[in-house]
Amino acid sequence: MTERRVWQMIAALLMLGVLLLPLSQALFGLRLTYTVRVVALGGSLLGALSGALGCFAVLRRESLLGDALSHAALPGVAVGFLLAGRQLGALLVGAGIASWLGLRLVAAILRTTRIKQDAALGIVLASFFAAGIALLTYIQSLPDASQAGLDSFIFGQAAAIIESDIALLGGIGLAVAVVLALLWKEFKLLTFDADFASAGGLRGGLINALLSTLIVVTIVLGLQLAGVILMVGMLIAPAIAARQWTHSLEQMVVLAAALGAFAGGSGAVISALDSDIPTGPMIIVVAFALVLLSITLAPGRGVIWSQLRQRENRRNFRSRRLEPGA
Amino acid sequence: MPIAMPEPGQLALAIDDLTVAYDQKPALWDIDLEVPKGALMAIVGPNGAGKSTLIKAALNLIPRAAGSVLFHGQPYEAARHLVGYVPQRGSVDWDFPTSVLDVVTMGLYGKLGWLRRPGRRERAKALAALEQVDLVELAGRQISQLSGGQQQRTFLARALVQDAQIYFMDEPFAAVDAITEAAIVNILRELNKRGRTVLVVHHDLQTVPEYFDWLTLLNVEVVASGRTCQVFTLDNLQKTYGGRVASLHGGQVLAAGG
Repeated sequence: MTERRVWQMIAALLMLGVLLLPLSQALFGLRLTYTVRVVALGGSLLGALSGALGCFAVLRRESLLGDALSHAALPGVAVGFLLAGRQLGALLVGAGIASWLGLRLVAAILRTTRIKQDAALGIVLASFFAAGIALLTYIQSLPDASQAGLDSFIFGQAAAIIESDIALLGGIGLAVAVVLALLWKEFKLLTFDADFASAGGLRGGLINALLSTLIVVTIVLGLQLAGVILMVGMLIAPAIAARQWTHSLEQMVVLAAALGAFAGGSGAVISALDSDIPTGPMIIVVAFALVLLSITLAPGRGVIWSQLRQRENRRNFRSRRLEPGA
Repeated sequence: MPIAMPEPGQLALAIDDLTVAYDQKPALWDIDLEVPKGALMAIVGPNGAGKSTLIKAALNLIPRAAGSVLFHGQPYEAARHLVGYVPQRGSVDWDFPTSVLDVVTMGLYGKLGWLRRPGRRERAKALAALEQVDLVELAGRQISQLSGGQQQRTFLARALVQDAQIYFMDEPFAAVDAITEAAIVNILRELNKRGRTVLVVHHDLQTVPEYFDWLTLLNVEVVASGRTCQVFTLDNLQKTYGGRVASLHGGQVLAAGG
């Protein structure tokens, strides 16, 4: 698709997103309560954030690292609860620390043993998640009632989003956008060719650590909404969908942010309609519907488009064979 | 005739006692290497000889177990701006969403420094480099649509805009077509004429005397290093490849292993 078309598509998507709430009010009789609006805003902010950063994870072939890191956060949530009780700040700090430890552990395994990356990720994911589940089970056996809902970190719960979270998400989203804009060329070069970046004088290690930190922060923020199991979908689905439509990294990141915002917002609203619908799975269903649409329909890379092109090529070759020399 | 060793001030690259080990097994052992300014040097050796490792260790991309490397007499941290690098073509994902011009412009990021963005001047420089590798008409093309030879020339153009004093090229001739090979040779000669130092990891023994005036034979240790006319002997090649080089007939290597 031409660059102009992609920008038009991004604009259309954003407009559709803005109109989503009033539309569903008119069509499905959704009641625009305060909660629904907060949840929609929170979901789309988080979707935009994870969509944009997810592009770098996908392009660096670190999708599964994102999965391992989000699973690794769970024991941190439990320890945070045991130490400080049910305070969101403590839970998120715990999640961040555990996730970061997971990251360091993967790096240490790769550095000191002959275990390959996929196996190292598997080790960290399974062991940290198992520890998290064990701790949560223990916590649930405690006579304290305040642990109720802690297991919403597993699949995510839209209702958990409150107004102060919006300010937090908005602030961090803005900070990430500023960092991305300022260090754009550094992130781009590191993602494309890390060796060349370091040889050419960029502080590869520093930029790498910064990018990983941003991804961990995004994962931690998303845990409450999407849950540790499906957070990876929120990270990679918008990026995969966006990649189908464009050949420029700039557009891919903006489009992924828009798609992520759409998936996060609509998924969160749908799940807020009924407390029985877990939010993580709902967001991921929407996000992967977008992936499916993109892979099928996108011009250039899409399945339908390549089929059409192949058929046209065959027809051209056949007609050329009929008129040799033409 | 003994090889006249250049003055220390004239050295583009001075490697001293460099050792690199992967899992206790040394990949490079006690490398001493001196490359005079303006040399066009091939680094030749069998698979696993440590040729790429030598470049990466010199550029601080992998840790050294021991040794020091000086560029124009300075350590790497102070000499980054002197160094240009062409990594192996297969080391990146060519399906990355970007254009040829964009990749070439990346060669200027290091000089631009933090926060500053490439603008019109950078674009003009990148286009000039693409002109040099005869790729200017593909400037706007997606890199996923390039042939292997075009990918290699894109990498070469990216190194050219770096405007470095010492170039390290990791197998630029690997699996490229005749047009690209000729283009690379032209660039090497041009750089050589302008007094730049170029080190090239090379595989084709046949073309060594034709393309390069300096030669380092490497097999974990340096077997021989110096002017091609003095180093490129059957005896040295057999020491490097372990006797798998059949014969050197009238300056032509007839069969080479590795």
